[in-house]
Amino acid sequence: MNGVHDMGGMDGFGQVEVEANEPPFHHFWEGRVMAMSRAIGANGGINIDAQRFSRESLPPPVYLASSYYKKWFLALQQLMIGRGMVGADEVAAGHALRSSPPLQRGTFSLKDVARVTVRGSFHRDVSTSPAFKPGDKVRAKNINPTTHTRLPRYVRGHVGIVERINGSHVFPDSAAHGNGENPQWLYTVVFSGRELWGADADPTLKVSVEAFEPYLDPA
Amino acid sequence: MSAHDHDHGHDHDHGSELSEMQLRVRALETILTEKGYVDPAALDAIVETYETKIGPRNGARVVAKAWTDPAFKRALLDDASKAIGTLGHVSRVGDHLIAVENTPQRHNMIVCTLCSCYPWEMLGLPPIWYKAAPYRSRAVKDPRGVLADFGVALPQETEIRVWDSTAETRFLVLPMRPPGTEGWSEEQLADIVTRDSMIGTGLPKVQP
Repeated sequence: MNGVHDMGGMDGFGQVEVEANEPPFHHFWEGRVMAMSRAIGANGGINIDAQRFSRESLPPPVYLASSYYKKWFLALQQLMIGRGMVGADEVAAGHALRSSPPLQRGTFSLKDVARVTVRGSFHRDVSTSPAFKPGDKVRAKNINPTTHTRLPRYVRGHVGIVERINGSHVFPDSAAHGNGENPQWLYTVVFSGRELWGADADPTLKVSVEAFEPYLDPA
Repeated sequence: MSAHDHDHGHDHDHGSELSEMQLRVRALETILTEKGYVDPAALDAIVETYETKIGPRNGARVVAKAWTDPAFKRALLDDASKAIGTLGHVSRVGDHLIAVENTPQRHNMIVCTLCSCYPWEMLGLPPIWYKAAPYRSRAVKDPRGVLADFGVALPQETEIRVWDSTAETRFLVLPMRPPGTEGWSEEQLADIVTRDSMIGTGLPKVQP
């Protein structure tokens, strides 16, 4: 979707402000939100792509004005209400008002912690060969789905060079919407700064994105 | 949803958002616990892992090793997940990690313009600035301006390569080893490898 989350190249957000000796969490609740998101994701069958899409789908003013973990909280709660795992009336009451079927993988408990603190693999075998090889010229497609995609707007329509083939991976555009993993070849594609930003761009700049094969045409 | 939700997007003072969020998050955790979805002790363990066990020291050890062991450095640049997996003292890294080397000719910077993708196992949780709009918006268009915000100025001819983490591949910058560190132990070297130097927004810091 063409949301405010797709920020590459936007102006006006000001300077980067660095906090010295920043702690992992600034408030107790932030850690709880992160942990609940991992736990429900792992045992409740809400994959990372669905979680990302839920955050992207927050209304733009909410997205821009909310802190990072507040966005995670709003998105998680909305996803769980949307899937019938939690009732809006329960959220209002602050307590469970009825029992619910167990999560797909049962209660998230101590034995599950190691599974969410080490990254899983997103590699999936495919029967096809990659359509592109390093050195090939490719054009990022001009696509504008209202659904989840990982092709940022700032590269769409632009020509780059395939630099690496990174294997075949779960395709977020499908997985976010319950349409299966639909694995696709993944490439590192490099663009010159001038291709992306015009003649005034820094001539020493090169930018790469990780692009799935369905995002690319030969050029 | 309650009428309360209509408040989002308006200015809150810090204290009111804090207490509001404490209450809302506690309510959700209560519901999830009562429904048998989560054991709060398991949530404690996740939080504790990121507060105490996983942080930039993991990445710093990998960089220090690469600076002192040419065979490891080659293996790291060839397949970072595999190479780091051979180091017993660093936590498991997970798949799809790519190490990118800074040289006098090329400086690498990592960003996630779409969200906050970051090599958690190597660097811990990302800092707020990495997840915020100023960095995400400008890194791909004006990286030298961003570097100036960090007090870093590179020669005008140095190529700046920005890696936008738009899939599940993750990137770790291998910074250049500073002069004056000849003969240092891995442990000493790891001490000067900052988090930002492994994102590409800083350089290793040798204390004067």
